[in-house]
Amino acid sequence: MESEVKKEKFNWFTMFWEGFTGMSKLGRTLWIIVIVKLIIMFAILKPIFFPDFLKAQVNDESEKAGYVREQMIERSSFDSE
Amino acid sequence: MDLLLNASAVGWARGQFALTAGYHWIFVPLTLGLAVIMSIMETMYVRTGDEKWKKTAKFWQIIFGINFAIGVATGIILEFQFGTNWSNYSLFVGDIFGAPLAIEGIVAFFLEATFISIMFFGWDRVSKKMHLASTWLVTLGATLSAFWILVANAWMQYPIGMEFNPETMRNEMVDFWAVAGSPVAINKFFHTVTSSWGLGAAFVVGVSSWYLIKKRHQDFALRSIKIATIFGLVSFILIAVSGDGSAYEVTQKQPMKLAAMEGLYEGKEGAGLVAVGLLNPKKEAYNDDVNPYLFKIEIPKLLSLMGYRNINAFVPGIKDVIDGGYTLPDGSTALSFREKRERGLLAHKALADFQQAKSEGRDTDAANFETIIKDNYSYFGYGFLEKEEDLIPNVPLTFYMFHFMVMVGGYFILFFAVVWYFHSRKKLAPAVDHTGCVACSGGSVWSVCR
Repeated sequence: MESEVKKEKFNWFTMFWEGFTGMSKLGRTLWIIVIVKLIIMFAILKPIFFPDFLKAQVNDESEKAGYVREQMIERSSFDSE
Repeated sequence: MDLLLNASAVGWARGQFALTAGYHWIFVPLTLGLAVIMSIMETMYVRTGDEKWKKTAKFWQIIFGINFAIGVATGIILEFQFGTNWSNYSLFVGDIFGAPLAIEGIVAFFLEATFISIMFFGWDRVSKKMHLASTWLVTLGATLSAFWILVANAWMQYPIGMEFNPETMRNEMVDFWAVAGSPVAINKFFHTVTSSWGLGAAFVVGVSSWYLIKKRHQDFALRSIKIATIFGLVSFILIAVSGDGSAYEVTQKQPMKLAAMEGLYEGKEGAGLVAVGLLNPKKEAYNDDVNPYLFKIEIPKLLSLMGYRNINAFVPGIKDVIDGGYTLPDGSTALSFREKRERGLLAHKALADFQQAKSEGRDTDAANFETIIKDNYSYFGYGFLEKEEDLIPNVPLTFYMFHFMVMVGGYFILFFAVVWYFHSRKKLAPAVDHTGCVACSGGSVWSVCR
């Protein structure tokens, strides 16, 4: 069985290239779906529907702690007890 | 539905995260289970040189690949939601979550992603042993990935190895090994991974049985069933063992969760485990005198034994956890909900005073308030609860889910034993030639093939 292994030097690029080009029609379709899905996720969903909420509330990194502290204090009922 | 229609933003955030996490969790356990099964099949191929094992392994590797791709996609959306839905929380726990999630990404996921390419495209490019090593490394990567995610999850159930810093508003990690080696994390990991193995085995047996019924690819189906039944049987026995470990940890660290799982309102010594029971829908409050059960059949003393390794130990019920006053495993007396809440509110007030003192440059006062926060920090979360009922999970849902899960676990031990029996007696597909590797005769998976 060892003779089945190609004797040429191992090359990552040709492995991927031949792997993708030699794929069945179903496999290729699934990969296209995966790539389209990733493009939609990172190019559309992430920037439009999943903005970093905390980053939008403050001007710089150092103000994040203050914002979270205020939110927690605001939600607590310690001053109404 | 009521939750979402009347919910504030936090209700919607929870609903969205729960939906994504639930969807993600359909694929992850199957990935973990299939990974081990396909690795065993490829090991059979390398040991025997039988090309049929190679084809069997390759088939399940394709199913694994599709499942893996969907699991990754849903996992990425969960990470997005940390920023949108849980941005304040992400900052609050970022130091703890950051380390295991970074290790998961850099070590486990990269290990998996690197060797998965060799597993799919490298059949004719690397030696059989190198390919087998790659497949097992994919399995190891997937399993390690689960470990680090569960370390983060276990920390939320049982926070240790950290110190709260009111200045940065972060729970800062002070002991990495306490977080990584948390007994809750270790038990959760073994229970989750063995459960995933069981799911993978059930899936393989299910698909293979369909092929047998259709009388298609029967040799492939029998080979798959052979591996999956033995693996499934071992997995479900391990699930029972790791489940016992989980029950012990839940009792020690989260007594309210255990009480809800068992519908136990009044604690007692030598508590039994409910084998079968029907909850009384007329039970509306934790402290009314209505019997919580319409009927139940108990296994005497088993809950005390599982929870405290002592058949006569006292197991607190929902009422006890709220009222306090019972003795904890460390010998101290449990505080009531009200006492815990007061301490939580004390920590909140100290946090507000800390902020005020800092803004006015009163550093000595700020240091004193910081001490008050740290002294009461264990109860910080209780300060956000308003009433006793806020502490109680949905008892019927928890009770029935837990008991359904235990019953399914028991059923699958029987299921795999029966399938293995019929397979070993060659009765699953009598018309098929059972020579060679299909001649399963019990004993070790590794020794039955030529």
